[in-house]
Amino acid sequence: MPLLRPAPAVTEDNLFYWEAARDGRLVAQRCASCGKLRHPPRTGCPYCQSLDFEIAELSGDGEIYSYSLLWHPRSPRFSYPVIAILVDLAEGVRVVSNLVGSEPADVRIGLPVRVEFDPCDGGLAVPVFRARAATA
Amino acid sequence: MTGLGGKAAIVGAGQTEFSKEAGRSETRLANEAILAALADAGLTVADVDGLVSYTIDPVEETELARGLGIPEIRWSSRVPYGGGGSQGVLLHAAAAVAAGAADTVVAYRAVKARSGNRFGAARSGIASSSSHSGTTAGQWAAPYGVLTPASWMSLNATRYMHQFGVTNEDFGRAVVQLRGYAATNPNARFFGRPITLDDHQASRWIAEPAIRLFDCCQETDGAVAFVITSSERGAATRAPVTIAAAGGAALLGQEIATDHYSADLSLMDSSAALARQLFDRGDIKRSDIDLAMIYDAFSPILFMQLEGLGFCGYGEARDFIADGALGPDGALPCNTNGGLIGEGYIHGLNLTLEAVRQLRGDAANQLSQVRTALVSASRTGVILSR
Repeated sequence: MPLLRPAPAVTEDNLFYWEAARDGRLVAQRCASCGKLRHPPRTGCPYCQSLDFEIAELSGDGEIYSYSLLWHPRSPRFSYPVIAILVDLAEGVRVVSNLVGSEPADVRIGLPVRVEFDPCDGGLAVPVFRARAATA
Repeated sequence: MTGLGGKAAIVGAGQTEFSKEAGRSETRLANEAILAALADAGLTVADVDGLVSYTIDPVEETELARGLGIPEIRWSSRVPYGGGGSQGVLLHAAAAVAAGAADTVVAYRAVKARSGNRFGAARSGIASSSSHSGTTAGQWAAPYGVLTPASWMSLNATRYMHQFGVTNEDFGRAVVQLRGYAATNPNARFFGRPITLDDHQASRWIAEPAIRLFDCCQETDGAVAFVITSSERGAATRAPVTIAAAGGAALLGQEIATDHYSADLSLMDSSAALARQLFDRGDIKRSDIDLAMIYDAFSPILFMQLEGLGFCGYGEARDFIADGALGPDGALPCNTNGGLIGEGYIHGLNLTLEAVRQLRGDAANQLSQVRTALVSASRTGVILSR
């Protein structure tokens, strides 16, 4: 059986994100005061300094903002090349992730993608993305 | 001129050899480099009353002081942001001296980045902090196999290439120049080993389409140290180099190396902010800069800093470099020791060392006329002059 991805570093500040991912939901912090979304999770709102936040459900749709095919060095946890991507999500936050289900040659900036979830160590899961047909 | 400008000087510079395996501890390496820097300054440990290094440096101040015999440390400090903070040690030292918190400060960095914990290793254990190096956001990349500095920065570099139509061959032209400088620098890891653009293009991909093996700096063992004191006291030493300006620019929205979240990753906003610190608040102009030492952990960030600092327009570094700007007779001689890519990677401080040598006239690849040199590590930088 292949090795799973390593478990993320779960902290008191990001627990909500990884619990949601475990349950198959992509979320982000939404400031309870000014309503702005933010990612990665942070203790306070950089726009209005509020410490209160809500957990916003995201659509999981986005497009590739940048990418890189990682060839070296290699960890036994991954298969190479790793297709690393930055995804600009429809709601306006960006995540680092992987493109799954595509050949390395098919990754490109602007590619529409949709979230799914891949298991990792610790009984958790991480959001990854698969190419989707562009819709009008 | 900023409040610090001209008030402090580098009066001593020292180093160990740069190698793949030092065979001794980082503390020992720091000890050696500091003794060399003090000897260069004509000072002794009894003159030292301040210490500054990086937060990520493994050398303990107390161990170091006891190994050196520094009788009394009045002031010490550490700078965050990893190599991006490298020039911050001079900012801190100059501030301490200008404020009178210390009279004579030693700034140092000791690494075993090759034989010890290799900086480029694919470690998959994920930590929720980064020893204050600024890469804590790497925890959001690591579950995806984005484990190394090259992989982090390649995501920005791909976007930069996309935005401006830059190719890896363009990066290669800069690397050929850097390796040319290194080839004639006996201190360099790549001494005697110049490359062609074909060699560069034949080196294996590390992170496609941005970074090949030859685009990467050399993980290195070694140490560099400087002695900083007031310009008045420095005037009595052999060859003082004035810290004409020093600045830092850590911007909201940016991370160090794992910098994936600001709106436009094709622009290095921190470099633009640093340039405002160094140029707009003082009386030194870009046209005064005779030598630029730019933090080239990977070749793409050399391009992005040149643009952010305003030495050419956004997207123009490709043509600027193709025209030979970085060469000894170019518009902006740059990284004349071979840079971190050609000489070695003492986490940025060997760039400062080369600037000091060029200003003193004793560099391996000595330029004809160097009065003012800029050292940029993106988030921190200095302008040095003689």
